[in-house]
Amino acid sequence: MEKKWEEMSSDEKQEAQFQKLLAPKDPEGNDLKFQSPEADANYKASINRIKDAIQLKKTPDSVPVTILPSMFPYINAGMTVEEAMYDYDKCTSAFKKFILEFKPDMNIGASAPGPGKFYEILDYKLYAWPGHGVAPEHSYQCKEGEYMTADEYDLLMTDPSFYFRNFYLPRVFGALEGFTMLPPLTGILEMYGVAFNFIPYALPPVQATFKALFEAGAEALKWAMAMGGSDIELKSLGFPNILGGFTKAPFDVIGDTLRGTKGIMLDMYRQPDKLLKAMEALVPIMIGMGIGASQQTGNPLIFMPLHKGADGFLSDEQFKKFYWPTFKQVILGLIEGGCIPFPALEGSWGSRLKIIQDIPKGKTVWMVDQSDMAKVKETLGKNACLIGNVPSSMLKLGTPDEVKDYCKKLIDTVGKGGGFIMGNGAFFDEAKPENIKAMVDFTKEYGIDK
Amino acid sequence: MSGELAKLLSDLKEPEALAFVEKALGDGVDPVELLGDAKEGMNIVGQRFADSDYFIPDLVFSGEILKGIVAILEPHLKSDKGEEAKRLGKVIIGTVAGDIHDIGKDLVTFMLDVSGFEVFDLGIDVPVQKFVDAIKETGSKVVGLSGFLTLAFDSMKETVDAIKEAGLRDDVKIMIGGGQMDEQVKDFAGADAYGKDAMEAVKLAQGWIGG
Repeated sequence: MEKKWEEMSSDEKQEAQFQKLLAPKDPEGNDLKFQSPEADANYKASINRIKDAIQLKKTPDSVPVTILPSMFPYINAGMTVEEAMYDYDKCTSAFKKFILEFKPDMNIGASAPGPGKFYEILDYKLYAWPGHGVAPEHSYQCKEGEYMTADEYDLLMTDPSFYFRNFYLPRVFGALEGFTMLPPLTGILEMYGVAFNFIPYALPPVQATFKALFEAGAEALKWAMAMGGSDIELKSLGFPNILGGFTKAPFDVIGDTLRGTKGIMLDMYRQPDKLLKAMEALVPIMIGMGIGASQQTGNPLIFMPLHKGADGFLSDEQFKKFYWPTFKQVILGLIEGGCIPFPALEGSWGSRLKIIQDIPKGKTVWMVDQSDMAKVKETLGKNACLIGNVPSSMLKLGTPDEVKDYCKKLIDTVGKGGGFIMGNGAFFDEAKPENIKAMVDFTKEYGIDK
Repeated sequence: MSGELAKLLSDLKEPEALAFVEKALGDGVDPVELLGDAKEGMNIVGQRFADSDYFIPDLVFSGEILKGIVAILEPHLKSDKGEEAKRLGKVIIGTVAGDIHDIGKDLVTFMLDVSGFEVFDLGIDVPVQKFVDAIKETGSKVVGLSGFLTLAFDSMKETVDAIKEAGLRDDVKIMIGGGQMDEQVKDFAGADAYGKDAMEAVKLAQGWIGG
């Protein structure tokens, strides 16, 4: 490569990312060995299809199709969610079966269930998961709360990492209680006094926390090895996972996990300036989180699940003031860093479309849930690739013919001229396999040269 | 004097509304009258929400201001009985079995409450039998089933079936809402209606009960 990464324009960075995807490597850094010439050809055809759909420069040879499930692959393989979370081999083999059965152009890997034992070691309280608050056959679910109090904005802004370690993390992980006793790392400056900073590490609660961290780290690594192995195998069979990691809109960071829905809404009235400043402070952190993950995984897509910006939660004026500015900054920062932001418009976003369409062309891909796809195409779709939006209800309760009709309409109205990837609108646990099959097969057949 | 508190509350002026209550109490105004004014303010908030002038943050904030007002008034109210305004009718609400999401359900509860209904909120992950028992105990004519996940489709159907088996299906109207719910899920579950937001839940309840 002639140009250094830092010297490239965002166009060049994106192109380089796709070139890297088109020349996949194995874990040793050698060219990936495909299991057959067909697998090689299918892999590259899928990547090119997705690249064309995202860049909006030319129409893909066929409408690409993806499936973005939550627990469906595991439930469909006849196992409980609990088994998928605790037995990594079972999890990856179910995912392989799922990919080979439906053959999507793009997948997001087998990591959705996550490592159950890891959450147990750390006593994770933010979610209920099978055996820990929900039934074995059910998906994990978030337990929203006020994990950051209304008077902690200054602490958060002054030193976000210190705040997270000493306040937020011990509240959501029981095993990290020892973190509350640690001094800030920035106090370690000179010979004189340096040792004082390390005294807490001798204390039993701190040592217990570190012991839990070592164990949790080992478990996470074991799980990551299984996930990585699964990705490589599926790649060698011709099925790319191009998900690079995830980040969030600053409003959702505070509204979902720190202050909670009610907390952030009260802050909009009682301390709007602090809320706005805290979101500004989170912008570079959220950009760094996405870019860092992308560099680690080597994949460009950075997923952003969007929640509290949906229709109804805020007025358009509140959205423009509180949600959009910092969300947009994160999108722009990710693009600047060579990533492809992949926001999911969960719920309906009809009244926001004119606002969020103001983004660089051909640099993002959006998962659309319940918004009217024709309207999304006319607005956001002028500048961005869209994924969606076959409804979960139809996938579980409808018939293959209904699904085909729905997909036909999508391809005719949204797929024409490119910039569209067929897929489900929301992450789902349950569906009729024949409906998923109808979505994929119909698109592959009908979506050629549209 | 009357109407001032309703205006402050409905305009979401928290410090002003609380100061007004403190001062009015000091001036000897009847706390029952102040509470009535505050409720009038909440009705205006509900109306503005119905008209899409207000959104969820405004609703949540108005609820907090009301809480603050009630906290000031409470020690001065002789008894909480008797004053209770006449209610339009009873509505049972709950997130169905297996699902623990509550944001949407809480908003529906709140909107039904400010719209004058007596709401029995059964909480989250509600077993089917609990809905059946609640219908028997309260005599509610309307049941609202909330759910966020695809797993809730089956739970909703099982809940409706259980109500049917208990011989209560003809006594109640059942509405569903939340996350991935729609008309198709309504038909599958055997419910009477799907509502896409809290206002639709209120409209449905009003249509069935009146008010």
